[in-house]
Amino acid sequence: MNRQGYYGAWGGAFIPEVLYETFRELNIAFQAAKADSSFWREYIDLMQSYSCRPTPLTRADNLSDHFGGARIYIKREDLNHTGAHKANNVMGQGLLVKRMGKKRVIAETGAGQHGVATATMAAKFGLECTIYMGEEDVMRQRPNVFWMEKMGATVIPVTSGSRTLKDAINEAFRDWVSSMDGTHYVMGTVCGPHPFPEMVAWFQSIIGLEAREQILAAHGELPARVFACVGGGSNAMGIFQGFLNDPSVELIGVEAGGHGLASGQHAARLAGDDGSAGVAQGYKTMFLQNDDGQMRDTHSVAAGLDYVGVSPILTDLWEKKRVRFAAATDQEVMAALELTMKKEGIIPALESSHGFVQAFKEAGELNKDQAIIINMSGRGDKDIFTIAHAFNDPSWKQFIINKGKEYATD
Amino acid sequence: MQLTEYIREARTQKEILLMTHLVLGYPDFTVNREVIWQMVKNGVDLIEMQIPFSEPVADGPMILKANQESIDQGTTVRQCFDFAAEITSQHQIPFLFMTYYNILFKYGVEKFLNKAAKIGIQGLIVPDLPPEEGEEYLTLCKKIGLAPIMIYAPTSTEERMRQLADHADGFIYCVARRGVTGKKTDFSQDFSEYMARCSRATDLPLAVGFGISNREDVRFLVGKGDIAVIGTRTIQLVNERGAAAVGPFIAGLR
Repeated sequence: MNRQGYYGAWGGAFIPEVLYETFRELNIAFQAAKADSSFWREYIDLMQSYSCRPTPLTRADNLSDHFGGARIYIKREDLNHTGAHKANNVMGQGLLVKRMGKKRVIAETGAGQHGVATATMAAKFGLECTIYMGEEDVMRQRPNVFWMEKMGATVIPVTSGSRTLKDAINEAFRDWVSSMDGTHYVMGTVCGPHPFPEMVAWFQSIIGLEAREQILAAHGELPARVFACVGGGSNAMGIFQGFLNDPSVELIGVEAGGHGLASGQHAARLAGDDGSAGVAQGYKTMFLQNDDGQMRDTHSVAAGLDYVGVSPILTDLWEKKRVRFAAATDQEVMAALELTMKKEGIIPALESSHGFVQAFKEAGELNKDQAIIINMSGRGDKDIFTIAHAFNDPSWKQFIINKGKEYATD
Repeated sequence: MQLTEYIREARTQKEILLMTHLVLGYPDFTVNREVIWQMVKNGVDLIEMQIPFSEPVADGPMILKANQESIDQGTTVRQCFDFAAEITSQHQIPFLFMTYYNILFKYGVEKFLNKAAKIGIQGLIVPDLPPEEGEEYLTLCKKIGLAPIMIYAPTSTEERMRQLADHADGFIYCVARRGVTGKKTDFSQDFSEYMARCSRATDLPLAVGFGISNREDVRFLVGKGDIAVIGTRTIQLVNERGAAAVGPFIAGLR
């Protein structure tokens, strides 16, 4: 970082004046927590007792043999409480909220995983909680909405714009500009105005710290490549931070290719040529936007990757060629997901499956002495409606029809 | 400086000035044209024209919807420039652009500011560009002779206000309350203290915005600020009763 909150040319804090004081206080509270080693210890204790950390690094022998190349290891963030890496960030910010003495949290959510994690944290810490979620995402992630509400959160469907993650972020900011005194905005990813990218990356670095130690123990040397899906980029930043200082480890971020890069219906900001520099949602990064600077609609089968911007930290690492970017199409994602279930009995989330796609494409290029790690950011069983629909599964359809009939006659 | 002098001069004639707001291309440019004509004819002193942006985070539901519909109908930045050029050539009052930073950034900040100055725009309000991020913008505004309007909020400390005043020109836009545009402001004791703090922090004229909707609101601001900003209310009025309703509404404010 050079200027405050900048990573190369990217990042910053493009915030309205009304939030200036709130951000000043947040920066002070965060920097104090970061400098206090007891804070990190408290965080680790909490994650070990509440969220199954350290999460395992699973050696996937069947997949490795199937591709006949590198040994494939899977970092199991799906085994976190609430089923995804999102818990790492949320519980960390929860501890920060306790320090700041705020009584209410708000959050945006795409796939709903961050919303569920935030609602969980709010329940545990006794905080009031409001979750903003694009109407389109509310439709496709109903089970997560159910759990959020059951844990006491208010879920507000956002009907403006493209009704997805970016619009939920805008609405959360609109709440915050009137509620900032008693409310903390739990940003879910390594985006938004400084200090959020730094803060979320710090909490997520726990993934990389563990993974580096685990791969050295299991494989005896560093991995050749590390793969992670990239929506906003928090799980990728989490695992990449464990290997940033190891030049031999190639880092690969996998974005949502949607219906294919040529179709225009995707969410690939860095892979491909559709992204361009811009400033929105409080930070500067590569966005999917038109020539006037209006944000475009994005598409992905995975709600959590369906976003116009990407972490300024990742954009900087991309520009410096430290992280390579690729895109996986919806179709490739379904195939990789199916293979992983059949070969390993593991169900990655649709988001995470993007990382698996690229890893599968490259595993065969490497030899058997080499290892690769895929960061499995979350579990896929939460996506059962979307996945079953995408597989066009007849018995599942019949089950839903029967359930519908049952409720209709209630 | 030019804009400040205009405001001071106008204030010698009127105890409070009126600034109105509209979103370009919403509901369409023809209605915009008529609304501006109504506003000017009925004594509005300044007008801010908002170039729509897809992510207007500082705006409430009404202006958010206006931004979105304008963009959905195909409004481009180029059309906004063409329209503004026509308007500034036909009316004698100062016009400002209000928009979000990405619109300038994508167009090229220098190119955008040169173009705005060339077509007779006198200042800009960019709510998501604090001075810490706006070095290039502020330097260019100064060089080109555009007023970069700075924003004060009830949460701004006096120290922060002084810091903002160092970068400001034209006037200061004082947001009357927390939150987004379009909600009713409670003009309480706190508000009077806030306005006093604003006055202490700068010599520039003060405009007060967010939630002003009637004659009483405007009366209340006399002696506290220099310009009353009418935003959401006229958009609502045009939606409900058409452009022709704007004239009588404006005429009844003072």
